[in-house]
Amino acid sequence: MWRDAALVAGRDLRVELRSRVTTNQVAPFSLLVLILFAFALDPDRQLLERLASGLYWTAVLFAALLAISRSAAIDETDGVRDALRLSGLDPAGVFVGKAAAVAVVLLALELLLGVGVVVLYGVELAGAGLVVVAGLAATVAVAATGTLYGALVSGLRVRETLLPLLLLPVLAPVLIGATRAFEAALAGVPADGWPWCGLLAGLAVLYAVAGALAYGTLLEGS
Amino acid sequence: MEPVVHLRAAVALLGRFPALAGIDLDVARGEIVLLRGPNGAGKTTLLRACAGLVPVVRGEAVVLGHDLRVDPRPVRRNVGLLGHATGLFDDLTVADNVRFWGRACHADPADIAAALALVGLDGRLRDVAVGRLSAGQRRRTSLACLLARRPALWLLDEPHAGLDQDTRDQLDALIGRAVRQGATVLLASHELDRAESLAHRVVELAGGTTAPTRGAAPADGSAPPAPTHRAPAAPPPEVSHVA
Amino acid sequence: MTSPTSTTVSGTPSGDGRAAHTPAAAAPGTPGHTGSRASRVLGILALGSIVLLVLYGLVWSPADAEMADSVRLMYIHVPAASFMYTGCFITAVASAMWLRRRTPGWDALAGASAEVALVFAAITLGTGSLWGRPTWGTYWTWDARLTSTALLTTLLVGYLALRRLDVDPTARSTRAAVLGLLLVPNVIIVNRSVEWWRSLHQRSTLVKLDPTIEGQMLVALMVGFLAIGLVFTWLLVHRFRVAWLEYQSERLDLDLALAERRAEAGRTTGAGEAPA
Repeated sequence: MWRDAALVAGRDLRVELRSRVTTNQVAPFSLLVLILFAFALDPDRQLLERLASGLYWTAVLFAALLAISRSAAIDETDGVRDALRLSGLDPAGVFVGKAAAVAVVLLALELLLGVGVVVLYGVELAGAGLVVVAGLAATVAVAATGTLYGALVSGLRVRETLLPLLLLPVLAPVLIGATRAFEAALAGVPADGWPWCGLLAGLAVLYAVAGALAYGTLLEGS
Repeated sequence: MEPVVHLRAAVALLGRFPALAGIDLDVARGEIVLLRGPNGAGKTTLLRACAGLVPVVRGEAVVLGHDLRVDPRPVRRNVGLLGHATGLFDDLTVADNVRFWGRACHADPADIAAALALVGLDGRLRDVAVGRLSAGQRRRTSLACLLARRPALWLLDEPHAGLDQDTRDQLDALIGRAVRQGATVLLASHELDRAESLAHRVVELAGGTTAPTRGAAPADGSAPPAPTHRAPAAPPPEVSHVA
Repeated sequence: MTSPTSTTVSGTPSGDGRAAHTPAAAAPGTPGHTGSRASRVLGILALGSIVLLVLYGLVWSPADAEMADSVRLMYIHVPAASFMYTGCFITAVASAMWLRRRTPGWDALAGASAEVALVFAAITLGTGSLWGRPTWGTYWTWDARLTSTALLTTLLVGYLALRRLDVDPTARSTRAAVLGLLLVPNVIIVNRSVEWWRSLHQRSTLVKLDPTIEGQMLVALMVGFLAIGLVFTWLLVHRFRVAWLEYQSERLDLDLALAERRAEAGRTTGAGEAPA
């Protein structure tokens, strides 16, 4: 399974690199979201700085919707589903590979957005340990959940509109947890944040397992 | 000798529609069988059912020793399906695609390289993104992915469509080569002249069922005679080649 | 149910092969409505308990010390929330059973349960919102229960949207079943995390009501549970039966479809060639 996962992850990342959609479109879009927030809220730096964690993770979620949509689109190409079923690849491996690729893309976007938040909102970094761990846990949770739900809507004409409707409510706890953890870190009270980190890690594990189990059924049954 | 494909009154559903309504088919090892019939007769579904992609709900269906009614999945590793869709990733190069699909089915790296050479895509076109290739070149790439698998059963759905004369000859030569190495070929085609001379026998399909076949399969199970291969004739002047 | 014998079926031959299938007309024995003796008894009981609830809720139970008459909304709000969760749970279980058994009854039950749960989610939100107005002066408060109910409502709406898709029925049922199975962990996680989050800032004002209730108010609440429960069950039974009838009317009569399909061969092959 791990070998198959590595193969699929490599393929997905190579497609992203070659097509450059992430760098040319998704990344600028996510920065644009940050800028729009500044327009929506009074760019009184105090306000933006206080709300930075929440705004950051909201922007990450929007970018994640695009990244997951792209990941699902790779396997919707004509004939690829048949070829996947014929290839003998372990569906759980395919799932893990795709989720891993999405996670890598998300991490890159998060780094970019992090720089954006520091520069645009004047946030001062603190509590780096908590930030890193919470960020990683949240990323894995979003990637795993997103890949599973991406498979649920894969191949449908209404995929573009149905994916946000299905995915965002499920990711609401991730938004809550990640924001609270980041707030605690930035406020210098990491002790408050670690329990939320636990929630994020739990979600990551739950959806990773659920996705690995369900991906085969979805691949065959759809 | 056990037939490679054995179907008796096989029924397969696409959703609620019985695309296959009672197929009787026996294909011996090393045979090339042509499926013929009008559009909608079920040729594509029959090929996909033999690949284990469409479940068979009634009748008998045994392919390469695997009972498709029990579990259609084990047979998939041993078949190669070349369908209407290419199953390729447009953003990746020819080499990337063949390598991915080859490694996915645990093919020998030597086989993967050989497959590219066999279809003539190991030169300049190797590192071109598939999205920029012509339809014929894409079909050849899909063919390379199939070759890398070294399947025992080839399932070809209108393989000649959209290919130029030279490529068609290449394909026929590859089919012949595969059969000499022990593979079996089931193909659906509207290119009747070419396909009929390639095939050992023809099976008519209509309304999801098989009509009595023309051209008997060898009764004693011995290897069928080599197909009469017409030398590629010069194209008649009035036929225009689609680029 | 007896299999519907077809009275009029027309298959339209087309060059492209897929004959248009009109659903077989219902057999004489199929009911034209979803009532039955059992469900009528259930309905009467439900009506009776609603009357009882009205009496208890509005007349016989006292007003609460803190919240005066608005506490009476609780007798509907709390049971409605409970049965909303029950509906989600039933959907999840039915989805799991469908994935194991693949019989259409489970799929119908999953869909019916989700729809009824959505109705009760709306009731929960409505009564909660109405209760908030006199208490806090606003129609919405980011209380844990209201917020998680709102999220749960979107989950249900999404699930029902997926069920309405225009794809091959088996594919639709499979996807819906996986999504339905995920409803239970989603609900639990959303519930827990929202409550945890809101508890940092605000006591859950609706929940604190529950443990201190006693006497006539407790009786009224119990009657509320009974009444809402009966209504829930009645709705579920009928919605399930409607779904089941829908399925029956579209059900594939395989032999009939096979005969039609084979008849295509006679139409499309040339004269003189008999179909196999």
